[in-house]
Amino acid sequence: MEQMRGKQSIQLENAVYIISHACVTGSKEGEGPLGKKIDCVGKDDMFGQESWELAESAIQQKAALMVLDKAGLSLSKIRYIFAGDLLGQLIATSFGLEEFDVPLFGLYGACSTCGEALALGAMTVSAGYGDYVMAMTSSHYASAEKQFRTPLEYGNQRPLAASWTVTGSGAFILSGKHGRVRISGMTIGKVVDYGIKDALNMGAAMAPAACDTIVQNLKDFERTPEDYDQIITGDLGSVGQKILWDLTMEQGFVIEKNHMDCGMVIYDSEKQDTHAGGSGCGCSAVTLAAYILPLLERGTWKRVLFVPTGALLSTISFNERQSIPGIAHGIVLEHVE
Amino acid sequence: MKINQQMDPKERDKQYNDYVKKVTPTHSLGLCMGKAFLIGGLICVLGQLILNFCETNGLDRETSGSWCSLILVALSVLFTGLNIYPKLAKFGGAGTLVPITGFANSVAASAIEFKKEGQVFGIGAKIFNIAGPVILFGIFSSWVLGLIYWIGGLLGLF
Repeated sequence: MEQMRGKQSIQLENAVYIISHACVTGSKEGEGPLGKKIDCVGKDDMFGQESWELAESAIQQKAALMVLDKAGLSLSKIRYIFAGDLLGQLIATSFGLEEFDVPLFGLYGACSTCGEALALGAMTVSAGYGDYVMAMTSSHYASAEKQFRTPLEYGNQRPLAASWTVTGSGAFILSGKHGRVRISGMTIGKVVDYGIKDALNMGAAMAPAACDTIVQNLKDFERTPEDYDQIITGDLGSVGQKILWDLTMEQGFVIEKNHMDCGMVIYDSEKQDTHAGGSGCGCSAVTLAAYILPLLERGTWKRVLFVPTGALLSTISFNERQSIPGIAHGIVLEHVE
Repeated sequence: MKINQQMDPKERDKQYNDYVKKVTPTHSLGLCMGKAFLIGGLICVLGQLILNFCETNGLDRETSGSWCSLILVALSVLFTGLNIYPKLAKFGGAGTLVPITGFANSVAASAIEFKKEGQVFGIGAKIFNIAGPVILFGIFSSWVLGLIYWIGGLLGLF
């Protein structure tokens, strides 16, 4: 079977399953709509560490150990880890996983990293390069604010289009061994930049990339939006969602009826004052582990397109007046009996 | 809206930005200004109370002014540390930013945030992360004004 599909997609010939998933979050996420579905909610967002960065590392470590525990696997069974976070030089990942003694691919795709990790992990397993591979991402509200915006105690007002970085990590084990959810294919996204310069309106910056990947996926697999029970973007938020609907409509696809955004389900934006929604590498990963995969395992959804979205900016590019490029990777997840 | 990948990038970016501007919700300007006036006004009233208190207790105008600034700054730093100032700022916006308390908040917040990176490269290097430009351009503009005043004096204008 030809595994390359269309321009940017892959249909995996050898089955790859997500055999285990786990997520760990901070307290705010625990108080949100997904709270009860999250495997572990930390009481203290420092997670017993001395700094926000180390706290994020601790969250990753915890998520990794939990996902192994749930799968009944020991760490030595894991051939490779594909992981990433939002911090400069991926410090949350490297410090979180340094004790693991497992070969690591450190990935950066901003908030789209979860998709990148799952795609590469699935390719690795499908090709026979590993029996068990772990994919994992994390983000932390405080470490992200510190790096990308202002100190936490600095008093300011957030615009309505701003999103709230999720404190949390999601970890997944991919294997050829039979599971209830299969990664059947993927569409790797391009960098798409429509010239948005407002770093507090990331939904608008990322929506064109999400549109590009979704439309390409539909074309490459010759599917219609109705072939998916849900098309799920990572962290476009309420502003980005509206834009995505308009952009895909422009391309001739109506996705309104079966589109959801992880950023909009992880928080109750009214009660929790998060404005447009949640964001960060942890947002899509936690929602996938806590909400999407259980529904796929039960068969409530048969096939979904999971599209984590990333805004590829840095404080330097922003200060140098560059626009914010977006990227999105599409992962096709299917229920199997 | 007619925006797609095949368009000329410049035209597409312009159209897209215009469109995004239309669909992005914003805070109500009138309401924000009202809240800023209220909170900013209250901070100024507090300052006036301190000033009057000092003067009625026998301090001269200049010394009273210094005490007023000192107390407001100290209160702002304390409220920053207690995580109350950000909540006040969320409500009051520029009303908390413009008075001297906003300046103190930006310095204290940076100090707290970067303490983990050490006394020298953390607090020392980053404490004026936000306030730095205000200090630099504040001093520079007062130097420029001083120069104008001096030249004006030489020419007999002032």
